[in-house]
Amino acid sequence: MSESVAKTNGPNAAVTKKPTRGASAVTWADDRLGLATAAKKNLRKIFPDHWSFMLGEIALWSFVILLITGVFLTFWFKPSMGEVEYMGSYAQLRGLHMSEAYASTLDISFDVRGGLLMRQMHHWSAMLFIAAMLVHMMRVFLTGAFRKPRELNWIIGGLLILLGIIEGFAGYSLPDDLLSGTGLRIADGLVKATPVLGTYMSFFMFGGEFPGDDIIPRLYMAHILLIPGLILALIAAHMLLLVYHKHTQWPGPGRTEENVVGFPMLPVYAAKAGGFFFITFGVTALMGGLMSINPVWKYGPYNPSQVTAGSQPDWYMGIAEGLLRIMPGWETSIFGVTLSWNVFIPGQLMPIILLAMVLAWPFLEAWVTGDKREHHLLQRPRNAPTRTAFLAAMITLYGLLWAAGGNDILAVIFHLNLNHITYFMRGAVFVVPILVFMLTRRWCISLQRQDNETLLHGYETGIIMRSAEGGYTERHLPISPEAAYTLTARDRDTVHEVEAGVDENGVPASGGRIAAVRARLSQAMYGHNVQKPTAQELDEGHHHAEDEHAHEIEAGLDHSADGHQFDGRHPVEGEELRSH
Amino acid sequence: MSDHQDNLPATGHTDGAHPGGHAPARVEEPIANPGMERHLPRPTDVDEAAAKRAERQVATFFVISMISAVLFCVAYFSFEVGESPDTFGRIGASNLTLGLSLGLALLCIGIGVIQWARKLMADVELSEPRHPVASSPEDRSETLAALSQGLEESGLARRPLIRNTLLGSLAMLGLPAIVALRDLGPLPDIKNTLEKTFWTPGARIVNDVTGRPLRPSDLEIGGLVNAEPEGLVEPYDGEREGIEYLEGVELLAEKGKAAVIVVRMEPEDVTEETSNWGVEGIVCYSKICTHVGCPISLWEQQTHHLLCPCHQSTFDLADKGRVVFGPAARALPQLPIEVGPDGYLVAVSDFREPVGPSYWERG
Repeated sequence: MSESVAKTNGPNAAVTKKPTRGASAVTWADDRLGLATAAKKNLRKIFPDHWSFMLGEIALWSFVILLITGVFLTFWFKPSMGEVEYMGSYAQLRGLHMSEAYASTLDISFDVRGGLLMRQMHHWSAMLFIAAMLVHMMRVFLTGAFRKPRELNWIIGGLLILLGIIEGFAGYSLPDDLLSGTGLRIADGLVKATPVLGTYMSFFMFGGEFPGDDIIPRLYMAHILLIPGLILALIAAHMLLLVYHKHTQWPGPGRTEENVVGFPMLPVYAAKAGGFFFITFGVTALMGGLMSINPVWKYGPYNPSQVTAGSQPDWYMGIAEGLLRIMPGWETSIFGVTLSWNVFIPGQLMPIILLAMVLAWPFLEAWVTGDKREHHLLQRPRNAPTRTAFLAAMITLYGLLWAAGGNDILAVIFHLNLNHITYFMRGAVFVVPILVFMLTRRWCISLQRQDNETLLHGYETGIIMRSAEGGYTERHLPISPEAAYTLTARDRDTVHEVEAGVDENGVPASGGRIAAVRARLSQAMYGHNVQKPTAQELDEGHHHAEDEHAHEIEAGLDHSADGHQFDGRHPVEGEELRSH
Repeated sequence: MSDHQDNLPATGHTDGAHPGGHAPARVEEPIANPGMERHLPRPTDVDEAAAKRAERQVATFFVISMISAVLFCVAYFSFEVGESPDTFGRIGASNLTLGLSLGLALLCIGIGVIQWARKLMADVELSEPRHPVASSPEDRSETLAALSQGLEESGLARRPLIRNTLLGSLAMLGLPAIVALRDLGPLPDIKNTLEKTFWTPGARIVNDVTGRPLRPSDLEIGGLVNAEPEGLVEPYDGEREGIEYLEGVELLAEKGKAAVIVVRMEPEDVTEETSNWGVEGIVCYSKICTHVGCPISLWEQQTHHLLCPCHQSTFDLADKGRVVFGPAARALPQLPIEVGPDGYLVAVSDFREPVGPSYWERG
């Protein structure tokens, strides 16, 4: 067991010293807390290294920045819809009646030094938080990092994204400017479209008829206490599970399912992660200082009879906006009640369904493969063509809906007819993701073939050899054993056969239809994948290369074959291409 | 190489060997794992001068950070935000200098620490074994035994009466939890809220900015005026007797429902049904979109279409506010208007149908 804990990663062995002041501090603390047993393993815990593991870190640090800047903002923000006359520094709005929330947001922007910086940093880091979570989720999905034992962490991550988006919308609504008020009004319309309960939900949310004077204080509570508390708890669970499971790693020399290879937490990871916090914080500060975001003073106070053209929500609400815009105007009035499909489906059902589809994928995959093993080695996206294609299709759908959410802006920029864009999007959201799915899958499978080519015949050197007969071939050279091992370090896919409907005793197999569905899915999801070569195929491939190309390779060795003879400076005998 | 691979099942599945189901996957075929790559020392590992240089670099970053932190304080006391919110590319001198100095102070700590980690901290990759996530079978059975012993000692299984009443009482706690939220808002009194606006018979239509009541002659053909009923806009020449002027929350709620647009078209362009509720080609519609309630504002004179800027529902104002495009399902409600005794445009009545987005009870 003692070898399992890394003792050193430096070139010099540790030398016993007298107990230092640090050691006595540890003794003092351990006498009271008894943490040394847990700490001895974790201080030198190994984390594997890869740039893509940094994406979740951006999300984590952005959340910390949100907490810090958010606390600063609470010192001055007044979550009240009481009417006041603005008397602050911003001349254009002075003397106007507005809610205290809006007036205090203006005060933070113009009368509190550093207030605008903190507001802008808060907003930028919120964008960064949600964006980083989404990209981190894509990384986890594309590399199969969600597989057993990490399914629960996958679900926790999905909840975090959902909560992050709700938290963002709540924060966006707080300044009570014209844009955020319009956003709340749309939210009221969405809530009212809920079957049976909609009107009650709206009245209970707003404390009466929209807009009322309760919604800002209520959203404030949700924004600074309830939702951040939930997010914090889920992040804690997410991180604890990460530490317990140990991070996934890419396959490679020395990396197996049974180990984790990388750098120790102390000092390398503590330094890298801690340093990265400051980098994220610093970049956010630069963004807050240099890039204007949500200039609420330009929109004016909320007025329910006004709206600005080209109004857009924050980017992460873009897909809900797109869904609302391209939905046909369907509504049913029956038995004296109204069902607003045109609002309920795109505004409430679809966003949840889309998220649920992505979150459910790991469970579909586990069921179809029947794989009960733990997986700690990541998969390259190409080696899971159906999964990769599914996410590509979902990303395409997301992008299309996003574009649909800005159809008015697209119409202005590209001088297109707004109605035509909308009609196009209504079809495109069904057709384009399917095309992208098929294309991505074929693309992945081609890449798998190319990997096998590289394994069997070596890599393309770019050196063209001319044989004595006048034929041209490209010289291939074998890849390094390490690279070859890395390419083959993946599982073979097993495809379930459709079994006969009866077992050996002639009794219909229980769940026969379900088994058949599973077998068909297995065939559809994995049947087309290219498997890595067997040891025999590799052997044959190498012999083939040696037999076929030995003379060429050797022939090439006696003169320069670096392509310089074709650079135009040397006459090449029999070379006709350049003569015209 | 072939020796190793022979020991492994061809499919890579090892389910049978580990009945617990938490065996890790194995992928070591057809090429054996060549083992960890040899560590190559960095220049800073072998060259003391390079290490010294890296040390100075790291320290320099930390010093720049310190200087930036001081600059932040200087900027804080040098600039008032309110005085110059638009200087320096509309960012504001205070915001720009504070952001730059804070950004540099933080960034330089981060860069310094990472440079330190990359150049000077040991960079030998280490390997640590993984253990199955699941507990050992002994631990698991001990836990299960403790669990069942605990349950046994509680008598929960033998005394279903206790179990069932406990479950019942816990479930009933849901009632107070839900009922306690009752006062979040009043029950929707739909007749007096969603289905009623500030418009009354004879209410003057006033410009929503100036508060001036509209006369038919104020509107040119093709023109559009955003309007409200008198009482929801600050009056332009003092309050009139007999008119209720709203303030605060009520004002916002009523403004959100009563907002209208008044347009004038060539009378022959307007359908008969529509013009019956108008005056000389002047018609008045709710400004609140029937989709999700945005105020509609984009008027296309030539086509008589009104476009909602939020989700692009388009309504034909020459034809009862019919939906011609977009996600809205219902026509824009029209307000019947006439010319009052003193020559101003007034409402004949309130809207004849609810304005704004649909709701379940709307029918």
